[in-house]
Amino acid sequence: MSEIQDDILNEVTSGEYKYGFVSDIDTETIPKGLNEDVVRLISLKKNEPEFMLEFRLKAFRFWQTMKMPKWPHLKIPEINYQDIIFYAAPRQQAKYASLDEVDPELRATFDKLGIPLDEQKILSGVAVDVVMDSISVKTTFKETLAELGIIFCSMSEAVKEYPDLVKKYLGTVVPYTDNYFAALNSAVFSDGSFCYIPKGVRCPMELSTYFRINAANTGQFERTLLIADDESYVSYLEGCTAPMRDENQLHAAVVELIAMERAEIKYSTVQNWYPGDKNGKGGIFNFVTKRGICKGNYSKISWTQVETGSAITWKYPSCILRGDHTTGEFYSVAVTNNYQQADTGTKMMHIGKNSKSRIVSKGISAGRSNNSYRGLVKVMKNAENARNFSQCDSLLLGSKCGAHTFPYIEVDNQTAKIEHEATTSKIGEDQIFYCNQRGISTEDAVGLIVNGYVREVINQLPMEFAVEAQKLLQISLEGSVG
Amino acid sequence: MLKITNLRTSINGKEILKGIDLEVKAGEVHAIMGPNGSGKSTLASVLAGRDIYEVTEGTVEYEGEDLLDLTPEVRARKGIFLGFQYPIEIPGVSMASFLRTAVNEHRKFKALAPLSASDFLKIMREKKEMVEIDSNLTNRSVNEGFSGGEKKKNEIFQMALLEPKLAILDETDSGLDIDALRIVANGVNKLKTAENATIVITHYQRLLDYIVPDFVHVLYNGRIVKTGTKELAFELEERGYDWIKKESDLKLNGEDVKI
Ligand SMILES: Nc1ncnc2c1ncn2[C@@H]1O[C@H](COP(=O)(O)OP(=O)(O)OP(=O)(O)O)[C@@H](O)[C@H]1O
Ligand SMILES: [Mg+2]
Repeated sequence: MSEIQDDILNEVTSGEYKYGFVSDIDTETIPKGLNEDVVRLISLKKNEPEFMLEFRLKAFRFWQTMKMPKWPHLKIPEINYQDIIFYAAPRQQAKYASLDEVDPELRATFDKLGIPLDEQKILSGVAVDVVMDSISVKTTFKETLAELGIIFCSMSEAVKEYPDLVKKYLGTVVPYTDNYFAALNSAVFSDGSFCYIPKGVRCPMELSTYFRINAANTGQFERTLLIADDESYVSYLEGCTAPMRDENQLHAAVVELIAMERAEIKYSTVQNWYPGDKNGKGGIFNFVTKRGICKGNYSKISWTQVETGSAITWKYPSCILRGDHTTGEFYSVAVTNNYQQADTGTKMMHIGKNSKSRIVSKGISAGRSNNSYRGLVKVMKNAENARNFSQCDSLLLGSKCGAHTFPYIEVDNQTAKIEHEATTSKIGEDQIFYCNQRGISTEDAVGLIVNGYVREVINQLPMEFAVEAQKLLQISLEGSVG
Repeated sequence: MLKITNLRTSINGKEILKGIDLEVKAGEVHAIMGPNGSGKSTLASVLAGRDIYEVTEGTVEYEGEDLLDLTPEVRARKGIFLGFQYPIEIPGVSMASFLRTAVNEHRKFKALAPLSASDFLKIMREKKEMVEIDSNLTNRSVNEGFSGGEKKKNEIFQMALLEPKLAILDETDSGLDIDALRIVANGVNKLKTAENATIVITHYQRLLDYIVPDFVHVLYNGRIVKTGTKELAFELEERGYDWIKKESDLKLNGEDVKI
């Protein structure tokens, strides 16, 4: 029976990557490899102030003393850092007077990605900052946002225009000493997004960034810094794609969120990096450090992620619940297919009194993939009445894939209340047949079952992205279940 | 409508159906009875297209077409409905989205536009009344946590929504209380027309008081060993299967006897 099921699975899961086109854009790159001169060159190319160069150099020197970490459930091939290009930028004028000046090839790329830089997005109320390879191509809506005092721009711009804010907050949530990839990112980050929401302001639209790795042999190291001042609110979405390439590409981002008193940050990710082909060749290595701090009392940070791409994913969006009455949330759907590997989860650090956290993780494995949830809930000594609820579910499609759950709980305060639930289920052949018998094709049946399974997480996404995420799930499991 | 000729199927090399012949015409109701393990559910599954069974010999013609050539979903869209002996639970999938998808697939196949959410809800309400099903059930996940009887009622509810040409009801009566049995039978009778046909698999003559069959077949050891009218059902109720088993075992040995 399992053999038959696997056959059907193979059929359904062999859906191919639909974002794998390469844009033929004139790109400016620097030579391959990494050393102190390269770090200086990046900083120079970007016209950075002195403090940024120092930040980079400190991080680089620290990185040189570190070793790549090893994880039990990921098989990571050796990465040769001398073979990676650390800076690639579409060669154009820095600013456009109008959209007509944007490279038509680049605009066509965005159209293919479904991210028009024009009126369509204005209608749907999304402000988009697009990071292609290393530099931010264009930020729309800046004016509308500026009227409210909201700053939403590329990181390079922020470094120059708002050096005080950058200096004050950059590296405070994820210091460069945090881990190997955070150190690497701090040394060579090329661009990313910066966002500041002033006191009492509710950002009226979804802020959105699209990342795309286009040039060959490049790494993408973007850096996002988001600060929500007292009593402000912002919902932020990032989406990621990459063309199909035989070689592996490295993506090592750092995201830092800071929520002040009574502020709320909702951070959603739809990640669809190229996962490699059916045989596991190529694909993005996605090693990302994402962390938010609920600094002020009554603040809230909510991470939602839908991860369907990358050959290897290693990421744990986390919350430091430092203020009292703070709330951290993590909603995740991670899909792995073919030879993909994912090790993802979250860390909730309860420091403040009455802090609450909620974890809902839904793993879906198909093909020969491996999907692990790794989560830490830590309650510190002074965190009176901390509460955590965790739900970790795994769904297996077929019998050659794996799902693993590693919940770690450390409690130093007796008043804490921690609940953990976990389930593993399998889409059964009998469920599929039941659907077939009602006229529903196998593919649609899988879609129905998967959508039902992930509903709780998808519901957390802004409406239009929820639809997109559902389509993505369908695509990444296409041909995959029996 | 349906013509089964010398159908033989096996699973994991074990032969279950050993040469079935059966013809069902539009407007007819056929009852299939028989001891446990005789192959009734297997026959129903093979007709619905369950591919764990291997068809080793024989043909099945449905509306002039080779049925065995069609995928299960196409068979369903062409009007074959199987009421499962053990309905399957699908956690996380609401009855409403499941049924709306199913109904719209049927409509697409007939080149009809999909139903809007409100039209669908209206039709669902009508059918719910018809089978007197608790309206809360449709807000829940497919069959999840349904009681045995609720699952069976739910099968008839789905049948009412999908309006099949050929309904195969596998022990839909077992596990139903007396009122539910009447409701389910009424539902089946209301859906009966001159164009469609029903095969009811049952162990109890009682159901046949409500759904009156044109033919009663006895399936034993992978073969239809006896065919009669509803009187046969009464006789089985009274005498059990032993006499039929003996008769057919002897027949297999080449002796033509009547007991
Ligand atoms: N997957 C399977 N593997 C092995 N044997 C099977 C399988 N499915 C059915 N069988 C066998 O086939 C025979 C017929 O089973 P089937 O379910 O068709 O009987 P039935 O007439 O419906 O019985 P009941 O009245 O108990 O529902 C039984 O002996 C059963 O054990
Ligand atoms: Mg049976």
